[in-house]
Amino acid sequence: MRLILSLLGRLGAQVLAMLAAVGRVTLFALETVTHLMRPPFYAREFGHALVQIGWLSLPVVGMTALFTGGALALQIYAGGARFNAETVVPSIVAIGLTRELGPVLGGLMVAARVASSIAAEIGTMKVTEQIDALTTLSTNPMKYLTLPRVLAATLAVPLLVGVGDVIGIMGGFLVGVGRLDFGAGTYLHNTMDFLETWDVVSGMIKGAVFGFIVALMGCYYGMNSGRGAQGVGRATKAAVVAASVLILASNYILTELFFSA
Amino acid sequence: MIELRDVHKAFGSNQVLRGVDLTIPSGTSMVIIGGSGTGKSVALKCVLGLIRHDSGQILLDGQDVTRADRDAFLARFGMLFQGGALFDSLPVWQNVAFRLLRGSLKRPRAEAREIAIEKLRRVGLTPEQADKFPAELSGGMQKRVGLARAICAEPEIIFFDEPTTGLDPIMSGVINDLIREIVTEMGATAMTITHDMTSVRAIADNVAMLHDGVIKWTGPVSEMDDSGDPYLDQFIHGRATGPIAAVR
Repeated sequence: MRLILSLLGRLGAQVLAMLAAVGRVTLFALETVTHLMRPPFYAREFGHALVQIGWLSLPVVGMTALFTGGALALQIYAGGARFNAETVVPSIVAIGLTRELGPVLGGLMVAARVASSIAAEIGTMKVTEQIDALTTLSTNPMKYLTLPRVLAATLAVPLLVGVGDVIGIMGGFLVGVGRLDFGAGTYLHNTMDFLETWDVVSGMIKGAVFGFIVALMGCYYGMNSGRGAQGVGRATKAAVVAASVLILASNYILTELFFSA
Repeated sequence: MIELRDVHKAFGSNQVLRGVDLTIPSGTSMVIIGGSGTGKSVALKCVLGLIRHDSGQILLDGQDVTRADRDAFLARFGMLFQGGALFDSLPVWQNVAFRLLRGSLKRPRAEAREIAIEKLRRVGLTPEQADKFPAELSGGMQKRVGLARAICAEPEIIFFDEPTTGLDPIMSGVINDLIREIVTEMGATAMTITHDMTSVRAIADNVAMLHDGVIKWTGPVSEMDDSGDPYLDQFIHGRATGPIAAVR
């Protein structure tokens, strides 16, 4: 009996700790959003974040999309052959990439690249008292560090997803035409015929949500980093893990919202 | 004038400040000394509002700092951090002119740069250093850049957190002289925390000894050597034996 009570007690403590963490992250997110409505807005920091998060993530997102598109074409061709349905390759590659794999894999790659970098940068700023220095220089750290990054990621990741969709479809096209003997015109025709605007838009909306999550987690764990190199290391790891899990969880929720019958 | 009245601050079960009472008259230089971990930095950060004190009052010119308009309040302060706390991503001149490039004190970029270079010159750095990044400077130079940043907006009150830690004796002397000159020349109120007794004698008008979360002794620096206070005596003479335990 005592053992059961002890286990239940531990479980309860874990649940309470988790709920408290959810509350802290929610308050952090609300504070970030409310800063959007109050001046000043640091345009230079926003521009810098846009380049760092958007432009410099393009190679990794592009490569991911290219290889995913190619692999998807091979898989669908092999699977479709069982039902004599090889011709669905172009349309399934396009739909799979735009709705699901483009935003999710793009989001995860950005999480690995950006959430870690933001958490490490802000965490280091915290342990070296640069955050305190910002405050003494009459600059709100949330406004100067968090808002530009979160806003930049929310705007840049959907664009990355859009570019990733095109590159991914091109990856499928190259494999389809080069390895699977599709005609170039037929492949493109099948892709365009079955792809709907909502497939692309829904993926980009997911991208915006994932971008928000990635930057928010990076900033939250950076701002709450522990002391020393170990503290910054933990913050970086936690930011990537939390961003990745939240991307996958929110992807399911958004898919339910967008596509459930 | 800065007044701390019965200020308490705890972190969990660790009671750091246990009722600090201290007055720093305007235009004077107060140095707070005390062993590591006695709460000197916490006291300083409580005054600035970087840490919220649990109880007691902190007054600036008679006004409770927790009720002051935050921007107007912080605009009166400059601070030199222990490690410099320079922003790695910005060149030296933008670090120095940080306050002049944004917010209520914003100036045109060229004018802000000119002021930054003038302040760098004031702390003994050449204009060539202005476009370098903090990582390209030595520790002593970074400290001087931090000092230039602290005085750039000509604040009424300047805080110095361990200004000579990690510097060689000559560079420590340079920083001490700069602090003394700048504080005198600007007529600013200064609050410094340090372990360095050479700094204390060079910078201080008044000294306060913080131990066990309370001020054990406070008075003019000229009376420090003859205070008769056993805590202060042990600290300033660096004795291993006395009322302050060597192992904490």
